[in-house]
Amino acid sequence: MGRPVDLDRRTTSAAMATGGSTTGQAPGRWLRTARLPRQPFLRHGLITLVAGVALFLLTDSLGPFNDFQMAQIAIYAVAVAGLGLLTGWNGQISLGHGALMAVGAFATAELNIHTNVALALQILAGVAAAAVAGVIVGMIAARLRGPYLAGATLALALALPEIAVKYSTVLGGEEGLTLNPLTSPRSVNLDRWMAWISLLCALLVTMLLANLATSRFGRAFRAVRDDEIAASLAGINVARTQVLAFVVSSACAGLAGSLLGLAVGNVGPQSFEVALSISLLAAMVIGGTGGMLGAWIGGFFLVYVPQWSSSVSHSLHLSTAVESNLSLAFYGVVLMVVIIVAPSGIQGGIEAAARLAGRLAFGRPPLLAPAESDLVSPSPATDTPRPIRNPKEDT
Amino acid sequence: MTRFFDLTLNGVTNGMIYALVALGLVLIWRATRVINFAQGAMAMFTTYLSVSLLDRSVGYWWAFAFALFAGLVFGAVVERVLVRPVENKPPINAVIVTLGLLILLEALAGAIWGGQDRAFPAAFSQAGLKVGRTQLAFSRFDVFIVVIVFAMMLALLALFQGSDLGLRMRASAFAPEVSRLLGVRVGRMLTLGWALASLAGSLAGVLVAPLVLLFPNNMDTVLIFSFTAAIIGGLESPIGALIGGIVVGLSLSYVGGYLGSSLETLGALAILLVVLMLRPEGIFSRAAPRRV
Amino acid sequence: MTIKTLHRPRHAAVAGLLSVALVAAACGSSSTSKSSSSTPSSGGGSSAPGVTANSILLGSTQPLTGPAAPGYSEIAPASNALFQAVNAAGGIYGRKIVYQYVDDQYNPSVTATKTRQLVLQNNIFADFNPLGTPTQLTVQPFLNSQGVPQLFVASGCDCWSSSKYPWSSGWQPPYTDEGKILGTYIKDNLAGKKVGYLYQDDEFGLDGVKGLDAVLPSSTVVSRQTYSVTTLTAGMANQIAALKAAGAQVVALYTIPAATALTLLAAAQIGYSPTWVVSSVGSDPPTLAGLLTSFSKGKAPASLLNGMVTNIYLPPESDNSNPWIQAFKAIQAKYDSNNKNWDGNVEYGMAVAYTMVDLLKAAGKNLTRQSLLQALDTKAGSFTGPWLVPLSYSGSDHYGIQGSQIAVNQGGLNLVPTGPVYQTTVSGPVTTVTNYTPAAPPANLAG
Repeated sequence: MGRPVDLDRRTTSAAMATGGSTTGQAPGRWLRTARLPRQPFLRHGLITLVAGVALFLLTDSLGPFNDFQMAQIAIYAVAVAGLGLLTGWNGQISLGHGALMAVGAFATAELNIHTNVALALQILAGVAAAAVAGVIVGMIAARLRGPYLAGATLALALALPEIAVKYSTVLGGEEGLTLNPLTSPRSVNLDRWMAWISLLCALLVTMLLANLATSRFGRAFRAVRDDEIAASLAGINVARTQVLAFVVSSACAGLAGSLLGLAVGNVGPQSFEVALSISLLAAMVIGGTGGMLGAWIGGFFLVYVPQWSSSVSHSLHLSTAVESNLSLAFYGVVLMVVIIVAPSGIQGGIEAAARLAGRLAFGRPPLLAPAESDLVSPSPATDTPRPIRNPKEDT
Repeated sequence: MTRFFDLTLNGVTNGMIYALVALGLVLIWRATRVINFAQGAMAMFTTYLSVSLLDRSVGYWWAFAFALFAGLVFGAVVERVLVRPVENKPPINAVIVTLGLLILLEALAGAIWGGQDRAFPAAFSQAGLKVGRTQLAFSRFDVFIVVIVFAMMLALLALFQGSDLGLRMRASAFAPEVSRLLGVRVGRMLTLGWALASLAGSLAGVLVAPLVLLFPNNMDTVLIFSFTAAIIGGLESPIGALIGGIVVGLSLSYVGGYLGSSLETLGALAILLVVLMLRPEGIFSRAAPRRV
Repeated sequence: MTIKTLHRPRHAAVAGLLSVALVAAACGSSSTSKSSSSTPSSGGGSSAPGVTANSILLGSTQPLTGPAAPGYSEIAPASNALFQAVNAAGGIYGRKIVYQYVDDQYNPSVTATKTRQLVLQNNIFADFNPLGTPTQLTVQPFLNSQGVPQLFVASGCDCWSSSKYPWSSGWQPPYTDEGKILGTYIKDNLAGKKVGYLYQDDEFGLDGVKGLDAVLPSSTVVSRQTYSVTTLTAGMANQIAALKAAGAQVVALYTIPAATALTLLAAAQIGYSPTWVVSSVGSDPPTLAGLLTSFSKGKAPASLLNGMVTNIYLPPESDNSNPWIQAFKAIQAKYDSNNKNWDGNVEYGMAVAYTMVDLLKAAGKNLTRQSLLQALDTKAGSFTGPWLVPLSYSGSDHYGIQGSQIAVNQGGLNLVPTGPVYQTTVSGPVTTVTNYTPAAPPANLAG
């Protein structure tokens, strides 16, 4: 009974329901437009808005020191999110993001000291400078793989801050450049103002990167990560994709460096040593490589775990040498334990817990789109091929 | 001309140290596909262990041998306990584990022995050898460094290429599944690989401590330069580690000598990038066939 | 047709983000002190935070771990030892000094965090003897805007006496001052000889060289070599070779102790022995002797130090007849027994702590930050202590010791003072000090 089903129109309306466009055409276009969903953008926007309100209320109830720490968490979240994009979604290990942060920080510092431009422009200059650096480094990096890329970026992390020492008249030398303090509106505490700026930037960045993940760029990144040859056969320009990932990631690092310089008030090579690049990497993996929530967790980890381990060892009343080293020892142990116990990081752990809760509450395996787990715990191409997925799981 | 000569000799001596640490990195990479960021810290720790023996008036060569033995054991323990759980996970997890170990070891060394600089005796005299009337920037100790690094390299080559054990180790690294089928205890071979790498590291530790003094962070920059050397040489090849080490040592020496010390790290970066642009997988690596 | 998924991971994400926020709030509310949370930028909540009827809380940031720690990490425990000796004798107007020093790993970002924590959460009264130039330049604006005294900064930068930052003050001689005094010695006693410089490539070395150049004619300087702390592990052989090739008979070293030791080793290796003129920062004999024991398998390591010229502004540590040295050593044995080394860093820590004690006394029983600053401006210039040069604190000058005496190392650990005591300022001429002898320590100092 009923009219014969018009397959084309049914396809069309299904496509329109998901926000895509028009009639079925060449497979490439169909794939792109039908999977250009509006909902993820709305979803991300809503989460960002809710989180933004929550964090704003939070800063209002905290003292200036904790506001300063919130700013630092946000700054590290931005840097780690960018690094996660590069390493998690695109499979390129970078040990040099501290140097890219330095580029952004120095650009902002120079504008801040020598000109009178608005704060937003100072920050944008940092982002732009780091993005330009990202183009250069990205083009070099596109030729390198795995540990070779790691080694090159590590050398970059060590060498780049030395430029500030060499050209000390312009770049401040070892002393660094001291920035003019921010002016906050009316009676807002400076640290709180900085926290708001940093949190706003961080929320925007994580929202934008989450959108990027669900867009065709994100898919291109992951395709290149998983299998370069297949990706290039599918029409993706591998080198351009890798450079793009590097540029976006560097822009994030530049933003983080810029904000860090403004928050701390001084920009110099001592603040951007190799240890910073390594901390970002650790924070990324601990938080959950590539995930946006993981980036925030990583930032939180970087700010609070050293403080927590300091106060624990302080309460043990030991001699100075032992106490200060003990907090570092705790930090190292925490790194190793978390990675061995929760290889997908804390975000992976939370999601696994959520899955378990779902299973217990609803009594059936939850329906997960494979792309979501890709975001959280990617497995970059190794020498062993990835296991073929069970088709039954792809519902 | 003497300046060039002095710079070259100095570069070769330092380069040998970098080559030795790079050799350890290469061994570990070949065995377990892990970059061991704690290589330098492990060496520093075993050097501190041997210094505590020296403080108790143990003879130098006994303390030297103890450092090497401690390195052997240390490497085996680390592989078994820390690296084994993350071997099948994304490679970046192993990087984090070794970074955590690096931080832990530096903190432990500072807590146990204090953070102050310490002197470490050299195996032989550090006074420059005299050729005619000029005193070279090359001492008996430097000769010892060069000789022992070469000896270690040859010994490892003999082990890998010429012995049954070496064959088993190479097989375990290259094709673990097939090796298991053929009866090779792959796990033990990996542990042995780490143990030998750590031995190389400990040797580097006691050789470099007289030159740079002993303190918890003394191997940090050595590690970075050694990593650079390993990359230049190609992570697959011990010969590459040696060549890479000498290249890094010489270039740091020349850049520092002729262009100023603040440009040394930039010089190292430039050399690294030049090599990698020409051969993205290092000079001596064999190009791996790409799976389609 | 796709089934709309329940998107549990998204819920997890929201839950996670909010839980992060909640945890942060928990951390914040458990340790924040609301009284200081709404401070405008002029001064702290009350004028004497950190001061109670029976205690004074001093804070500091020091490099206790990391590559900058060797040597410097001894200073704060030594200061603390002297404070405890003073506490044992009753304190200052009945108040005991509590000294909270934390590790900043010589990283200005960490210094910014830890300093804010000390000021905003722990409510320290003053930041005492914090160490490092880039680290302290970072927090100088913050401390001054909060009205927190940044006292006796452990750095020789000429940045701590500034009308823009009235709450900051230095203590040790600025590097430029030292350079001028060392240059004066070279000009007066080693005239006609070719001079070479070997200095650290940051403001420590650059300021020192600025001072040397202000006094020495440029024609006598035949070679200028630098080194970087980052690549110190590559040794000093190149720089020494260059100095030898240029024929320098006198070499001025602006080096940290590790670098000085490596320089001496490299020079001994090629048989090069000029007259070494070394800044006080890197010339401490016990430290150097300890670092040189490895050379020549222990044969005569300290002979490498023979004839080394340096500047001192405190009594030589090897002078066991000096009452200050005796008192300090006794305090170390009793209150800092973890540290078995008696060296320049320990002496420094105790001397600057002694200045602090005098300042707290001079600020009066009614102790506020204002009264402390007042005491610094009006009374600190006449404090007596172990220093060989009178202090120069005043309303317009926040530098402390602005001079030195020259001393020559007589083989090993003995520094023998020679010549007059010089005094200068950053931009002024070098003069000699007359009519001043350091006073003796008070009888009950060592408890």
